[in-house]
Amino acid sequence: MMAAKTTGVAIVGVGQTDYRALYADREAIRDEFSLGADALELALADCGLAKDDLDGLLCSRVPYARMADILGMRHPRFIHDLEGSGRMSGVALQEAVALVSSGLAETVACVYGNNGRSAKMKYGGEDNGPTAAYETMYGMTSPGAHSAMMYRRYRDLYGAPDDALTPIALNNRRNALRNPVAVFEQELTYEQYMSSRYIAEPLRLFDYCLINDGGVAFIVTSIERARSLPHRPVEVAATAGLGDLTNYYASDDFFFLACQEVASRLYREAGLGPSDVDCIQVYDNFLPTVLFTLEGFGHAPRGEAWQWVREPGRIELEGSMPMNTSGSHTSESYMQGWALHVEAVRQIRGECGERQVASCDVVQYMCASPIVTAHLLVGR
Amino acid sequence: MAEHSLAALLPPVNEQNRPYWEGCAAGELRLQRCEECGTFRYPDSPRCPRCLSPRSTWQSTSGRGELWSWIVLHQRYFDAFADQLPYPVLWIRLDEGPFMMTGLVGEVSGLRIGQRMEVVFEQAVPGRTVPNFRVAP
Repeated sequence: MMAAKTTGVAIVGVGQTDYRALYADREAIRDEFSLGADALELALADCGLAKDDLDGLLCSRVPYARMADILGMRHPRFIHDLEGSGRMSGVALQEAVALVSSGLAETVACVYGNNGRSAKMKYGGEDNGPTAAYETMYGMTSPGAHSAMMYRRYRDLYGAPDDALTPIALNNRRNALRNPVAVFEQELTYEQYMSSRYIAEPLRLFDYCLINDGGVAFIVTSIERARSLPHRPVEVAATAGLGDLTNYYASDDFFFLACQEVASRLYREAGLGPSDVDCIQVYDNFLPTVLFTLEGFGHAPRGEAWQWVREPGRIELEGSMPMNTSGSHTSESYMQGWALHVEAVRQIRGECGERQVASCDVVQYMCASPIVTAHLLVGR
Repeated sequence: MAEHSLAALLPPVNEQNRPYWEGCAAGELRLQRCEECGTFRYPDSPRCPRCLSPRSTWQSTSGRGELWSWIVLHQRYFDAFADQLPYPVLWIRLDEGPFMMTGLVGEVSGLRIGQRMEVVFEQAVPGRTVPNFRVAP
């Protein structure tokens, strides 16, 4: 292994709402600030810090002024909003790491609240920027439809069959059955998956993330301070990102070159490679994204991820590369990557109960999207 | 089709994009082209993404390209398209370079990734002609 540098920054506290309980009450109308505050309270309790220990606050889907006022954080040293897109969960951690390593803040809370179910979000048909009308005039909308566009071509190029995404859908659901806060608690069968209706053909309902209410928070500080706190420190060994920005959500190489560039920096800086990773958390807003990610980050050969995920003993909890151990966006909760960060930390701490990956010290988070981000988290 | 709601989905015509829509009305796919380096761009934008020049002209193009991919939307997102469900959307790489999201004239069953496509102009609502594509003969 190469000599590695590291960021010197750790995630010390994580908190998330009980998605299953929130989903059970379909009549409730919740606001995103309450959900964000619930998560932050849990994250503070998790690491034994008080809110006055926080001097940085990064918010997504919960505009910062109201959030700070609710939390009584009148004088944070660094504070602002990130837009409410899923790519921002990885960006939030990157920014928190940069703030702590530069000294602009010592202890940063990243807070996310999403009342998507209460607000009847569809993630399509909304105003999506200045050029969106050049798509909506043809009835085109939503990142899911763009993913479907990439996936049809992927299938054509690499010969992936109609059921190529089922191993991922079923694996997510199996993992959710061992996660007490996952929204879905019923097994998903191959037949149920294959007979689910199309949303943006070739993508089916079960290729899509679910829409629900919830909140997530994590607290980031120096590794030195982490060592004085109750849990095993989870250090950000490396983090890297790269934009892949065009007029479209879809990327004409399935984000491949951007993922490759991020992967190469990430592995070099951490002195680790794909074979050193114990567990992967892959951003799966729509299931084709998983294939693009696995190939871009060198876990599977290009064009072969759909075969890689279906090999027995691979992505399951007991497999060689356990993936999306919480059930992720299609079966736990669509917290836009935020909850995957929580799961990564808890796997390293050994707190995952029935779904705990054996001897888990290194977890990789990856998000293939118009901002590709990835981290390697390591237990110290 | 619900014409009034489709009209609300069309890009408003303004000083920047007027040549595009005038081209559509005249049956030509006109794209903005950088005067400095010759790069085409779509939709209209204030700078050349290659050389950053603000100087551009509008040029008639071949109206041809390659079918990069397509989907069929089954979910109802827009009232204006409710009576067409399920309907196709194509993503085409124009011969001049830019990608374009567009509609299909013809049957989905005839589509194949990579095939040659050509523009067809159709009136979307009174006074607005839009480009769609069909399989090139």
